[in-house]
Amino acid sequence: MYAFELERPTTLADAIKALGGEEAQPLSGGQTLIPTLKQRLAMPSTLVSLTGIDELKGIKNEGGTLTIGGATCHADVAKDGSYPALSDLAGHIGDPHVRNRGTIGGSLANNDPSACYPAAALASGATIVTNNREIAADNYFTGLFETALDEGEIITAVKFPIPEKAAYVKFEQPASRFALVGVFVTKGANGVRVAVTGASEGGVFRWTEAEEALSSNFAPSALEGLSVPADGMIGDLHGTPEYRAHLVGVITKRAVMKAG
Amino acid sequence: MKDTPEKPFKGRLEDRRFLTGKGRYVADITLARQCYMGQVLSTHAHARILSVDTSEAETMPGVIAVLTGADCAADGLGTVPPFFMPSLWGGPEGYATQRKILVDDRVRCVGERIAIVIAETADDARVAAETIMVDYAPLPVVTDARAATEADAPKLWDDNENGNISVSIPMGDKAATEAAFADAEVTIKRRLLSPRIAPFSLEPRVSVGNYDEADDRYTLYTSSQDPHGVRSNIARNVLKIAESRLRVVSPDVGGGFGLKAHMHPEDALVLWASKHVGRPVKWLGTRSECMLTDTQGRGQEIEVEIAATKAGKLTAIRAEAWTNLGAYFWGTATPPLFFAMQLIPNIYDVGAVDLTNHAVFTNLPPMSVYRGAGRPEATYLAERMMDELAAELGMDQAEIRKINAIAPDAMPYTTATGMTYDSGAFADMIDAAARVSDWSGYDARAEESRAKGRVRGRSLISYVEVAGVMNERMEIKFEPDGTVTIVAGTHSHGQGHATVFSEMVADWLSVPVENIRYVQGDTDKVLIGRGTFAARSSMLGGTALLRAKDALIERAKLMAAILLEADKDSLDFADGMFKVRDSNKAIALTEVAKMYYIPAGPANALGLGLTGEGTSAGKPGAAPNYPNGTMVCEVEVDPRTGALTVDRLAALDDVGRILNSTICEGQIHGGIAQGMGQALMEEMVFDEDGQLTSGSLMDYCLPRAEHMPDIASELSEVTCTTNPLGVKGIGESGAIGAPVAIVNAVLDAVRPLGVAHIDMPVTQAKLWSALRDAEAAQ
Repeated sequence: MYAFELERPTTLADAIKALGGEEAQPLSGGQTLIPTLKQRLAMPSTLVSLTGIDELKGIKNEGGTLTIGGATCHADVAKDGSYPALSDLAGHIGDPHVRNRGTIGGSLANNDPSACYPAAALASGATIVTNNREIAADNYFTGLFETALDEGEIITAVKFPIPEKAAYVKFEQPASRFALVGVFVTKGANGVRVAVTGASEGGVFRWTEAEEALSSNFAPSALEGLSVPADGMIGDLHGTPEYRAHLVGVITKRAVMKAG
Repeated sequence: MKDTPEKPFKGRLEDRRFLTGKGRYVADITLARQCYMGQVLSTHAHARILSVDTSEAETMPGVIAVLTGADCAADGLGTVPPFFMPSLWGGPEGYATQRKILVDDRVRCVGERIAIVIAETADDARVAAETIMVDYAPLPVVTDARAATEADAPKLWDDNENGNISVSIPMGDKAATEAAFADAEVTIKRRLLSPRIAPFSLEPRVSVGNYDEADDRYTLYTSSQDPHGVRSNIARNVLKIAESRLRVVSPDVGGGFGLKAHMHPEDALVLWASKHVGRPVKWLGTRSECMLTDTQGRGQEIEVEIAATKAGKLTAIRAEAWTNLGAYFWGTATPPLFFAMQLIPNIYDVGAVDLTNHAVFTNLPPMSVYRGAGRPEATYLAERMMDELAAELGMDQAEIRKINAIAPDAMPYTTATGMTYDSGAFADMIDAAARVSDWSGYDARAEESRAKGRVRGRSLISYVEVAGVMNERMEIKFEPDGTVTIVAGTHSHGQGHATVFSEMVADWLSVPVENIRYVQGDTDKVLIGRGTFAARSSMLGGTALLRAKDALIERAKLMAAILLEADKDSLDFADGMFKVRDSNKAIALTEVAKMYYIPAGPANALGLGLTGEGTSAGKPGAAPNYPNGTMVCEVEVDPRTGALTVDRLAALDDVGRILNSTICEGQIHGGIAQGMGQALMEEMVFDEDGQLTSGSLMDYCLPRAEHMPDIASELSEVTCTTNPLGVKGIGESGAIGAPVAIVNAVLDAVRPLGVAHIDMPVTQAKLWSALRDAEAAQ
């Protein structure tokens, strides 16, 4: 690890100010950033910790919308339970260490193509709240490790409309336990939404063909005969693009079955 | 099946240190004025080094010294040969490499050590090392052992007259094998792979070197399974000093698995660097660094053909193997070359064999031993082929094995590969395994799997291990107050030797176990020892300990005779007492022992101090032991995804006389976990340029607790006849049987779906592809 300065602001305003410095970078739970630093693949001069800011933490369930502070850790979301599919997802990220350090804002800001939370945000039609604005999930995920966030912009909260039915099924990459393919399905006021993580070279995506089929019949059988093309899927040590494309079909059916 | 009454298990003597975080590992050692070493590792798998520019590093903060291969040469440091070559084990002469501890001319794999930086902190050393510019002229790369034997393959060692082959080890009887194949009713041919895997000790490698100018003496603290071997190698080959001028200490070691059975370049580098800078030098391998630079295990391709009768009786096996040595013939690479061939007959009368193992240089990091060391490869072949034969003939897995099993009354039995089994009740083990595994309840479980849309498969396999290599020495000494110290030549790094050896001595001498101290792992305290690997310590350490006890009692008897005013030959030793036969005169051993330490008096005529030492010897030269057993495994496969679960596993192990069944079962469980990793998850993957692509735990998959089934383990005691304790080894058994037990069960599950072959590791992705291809073919 290269040497860096660590700022620990207690208010959002101080954090924004500190992030204005040259080469300053926000540090949330650090479950991606710290290993990256340890591997000496990043050299920020200043890290601004967001986990000491109370206004970025906590979970509120108001009028069918679950608002989760950006610096809320996975373990707290797992315990909450007011959006069961989301708590289920959070409770299966990484291991207890990861779940007690990693945060929802950190995960969404990083937008790892194999992370779980992006699937939940996209399938739920969530709103990403930042210090500047509100961004619909549909406009937020812009590619591999790419988001609509501007430099120095911080996720302060994520608003999830709680759907009528929802489920997440993760098929794990055996070594990392990230999603080799993860599918989040919802049925609610926004209709049926299906978001797939882990599979595509472009990061999380909505499988619109499946959404249409499920809109008229929310059952696994509605997906018979549907498939996503292998073209554009990730190929690596743990699976070919064909394998991932195939798994998208299988895992989506399982998610629909689980959603009931 | 146990016939030894055993005391209840009260935990290990090591539990306090290991379970409460009080263990002392090399990383915990901090010497005054200590500084740190960072390394420059080769990024090319094969290249000439044109230049190494250290100028920027020398000016970096905290940097004390920068050393390169040129400095090694200037200081006259020697190169490191293999620990021993196959010729020592009766094999042919081969090409032995000489490895430089810092390479200055040509790198032959990624991770070769090129330069070191000594600095005030580990971070300073690493940061400075990154600024060192190495100018390479890349050379063509070959990573596959078989491809490396082609005439036009890039050659690693210019003066090797045999291309890239170091040595080809033949075994068996070619003519008899050909005759058996000419008469064969059934023949089956297969190509089998055992890919390279990482030993992956939980504690990464770590070394601290300290040169003491006052005594002109070096001390090395290193995480090793064999401190004396490390001392000999470094003193003789690298530093070229008397062995008495080097002390090697291996305190608590967090797992070895063969990785730490030999020296690594860093062990020599920290000593040399310490003399250079006049301060102790510490090197702490990071996980990434160790994945690149650790020796690896397995790495074998084998073409095998079996001959048999229609009744299922094997008549011959022929096989040709290519073992991927990597860039050097390094460490203890010799034993796996032999064991991978010698144990192919397994528990069976196989008729004739004709086997060859080619040890081949490639541009991969060096291969050496890993738990099992060749035995898993041999067992994989024997048991894969036994199932192929059963499938071909439509026979039951247990039945075909019993037809071929060597009968107990044939013991001692010499196999076609020259192993002489002293004992074993192989068919009984198969029957017992069937009972323990609920063999007859399988159909109902298979039906339950089908109802869930899954397919179930099962296997029944047997294995034979050869345990007890080289010789050993143990010492028992009384302290002046009548307490006891064991000085062990073996080296426990998780095996619980302090518990087992202390319990044995407590039992023999009737001394409370609390009064026994256990010493190991320090060349200043232990005269000589071979350390621990290859399931050797129960037989060789145990036998040497027994002989040390006998020698100690004989010596004590001299003093007891004087104190009891009796003839030495009229004394019997039992329950901690010397008793005069046919009389009520008696004296406790501890009282006798104290008399050896009185400062003056007539007893001094017998000398000062009471100790006993004992030695033992195994293979080669003397008889080893042959642990064996049977495993039954059931797996469940989800054909839609290729995901699979090891649902049930029963392990029946003949360990000879049981010393401590809980510790034996712990060894079995750990071995099975590693065997599962080999079967399903683990592979060190290199691309065609020789770059490691599975170099972190994000990609290199290790088994986790959640993957393990409940293991139904039962120990069997078929007393070994080659050692006075009647013991057999246990350390590798699980790792030998589990890979093929799991793969065979998977194949049993998917054979009806058209998949007849799959290579390790059987990952979910690979299994799904095989199923999809089979479906397309139908």
